[in-house]
Amino acid sequence: MRSFSNTYIFVFSLIMVTIVAVLLSFVATQLKPLQEMNVQIEKKQDVLRSVGKAEDAAEAEDKNTYINEEFAKYITESYVVDFDGNLMEQEDAFEVMLGLTAEIRLPREERNYPVFIYSENGGPKKYVIPVRGKGLWGPIWGYVALEEDLNTISGAVFDHKGETPGLGSDINQDWFQEPFAGKTIFNEAGEFVGVEVVKGGADPSSMHQVDAIAGGTITSKALEEMIIDCMTGYVAHFKELANN
Amino acid sequence: MSTEKEPLFSPKNLKLLSEPLGKSNPITIQVLGICSALAVTVKLKPSIVLALSVVVVMAVSNVAISLLRKMVPPRIRIIVQLVVIATMVILVDQVLKAYAYDVSKQLSVFVGLIITNCIIMGRLEAFALANKPWPAFLDGLGNAAGYGFILILVAFFRELFGSGTLLDMQVIPQAFYEAGYVNNGMMILPPMALVVVGIIIWVQRARNKDLIED
Repeated sequence: MRSFSNTYIFVFSLIMVTIVAVLLSFVATQLKPLQEMNVQIEKKQDVLRSVGKAEDAAEAEDKNTYINEEFAKYITESYVVDFDGNLMEQEDAFEVMLGLTAEIRLPREERNYPVFIYSENGGPKKYVIPVRGKGLWGPIWGYVALEEDLNTISGAVFDHKGETPGLGSDINQDWFQEPFAGKTIFNEAGEFVGVEVVKGGADPSSMHQVDAIAGGTITSKALEEMIIDCMTGYVAHFKELANN
Repeated sequence: MSTEKEPLFSPKNLKLLSEPLGKSNPITIQVLGICSALAVTVKLKPSIVLALSVVVVMAVSNVAISLLRKMVPPRIRIIVQLVVIATMVILVDQVLKAYAYDVSKQLSVFVGLIITNCIIMGRLEAFALANKPWPAFLDGLGNAAGYGFILILVAFFRELFGSGTLLDMQVIPQAFYEAGYVNNGMMILPPMALVVVGIIIWVQRARNKDLIED
């Protein structure tokens, strides 16, 4: 084999990394708008799914347009509140939601709380609350839709980045999410309790319990924790809305 | 070498393509790339996408290294190989994120882990550095296909027995469950992937006496 001088090796490496760097940054900048669009569409779709809309997304000819149209049609209002329930007028709910994963590291009192209001043809409102948390292996997130009484859950969707396949990953399955509908997040005394995810089976008569995933206990508990952590901050706002 | 007139699909070249599928399979014979074979084979769909991604990365990296083979200083060849593989993997990952977002979400970290797939570096080091681009391309294609084939085979059994589904569609009839059939939860866990690979190796060696050592 030929031998190469140190200078050659140095120049070769320099040229190689330059070419690679230029190529990768070019591709990354070119594809970035598409990728960001995908993320936004996914979030809009999740919000819609929590209120039982956008089921036809898989069949839609142009998924992005379809989701954007549905979102504009059904999500009639959105705003941001702080921990004490004050309206944060300068904040955009969608922008806040995009950065929510970073926000949950702050103390609850300092976070922003986005709210999305769903309404079909001026009918009853539903309040969609985005939630974010940490699972066993990575982030988990979800969207909880509340009925107009701000207590009964009308639907919930959850998803995850990398929970154990077939175990914790099942939080994004219908059989796990459907039991959330009809549960209440406040107890009879009006205290916020969230939804308990019970290992070994929920008490069917309980209004605050759903089944955990067998073999996915840590993810299930993380999800319970996430709901409490992210929804506690809305309590002040909900109480205010209920009093008006 | 008198390869001037060698046809593109000469028996020698075809062998490069077919051998990795059978008697020099990277997973069952060379026992390379086991790590990802254990990790992603719980479900069929991610396995198929990962297999395709590996085919792309491997074929292109093999050709790239083969084209550069006379220029690469031997002392830094491993680094050069890594840079080529990493570049390809990042490109595949970015393209998946932009055009097949749902699938890329399912695969999550595993696309990035193609970089550490021993088969790719093994082939670059053992074959592409010493051969012309066309044979290197076939070798890459063959080995990636051999890898992908085993991946899909393992995923098939694991999804079937572990979840009772194939490509997320229910295949084991509901009546079975009502009669007391239960999905094998063990199948979902990585150790069972190793057992399935072991069974495949056993079957293959039992059928092909050449492969039996000693």
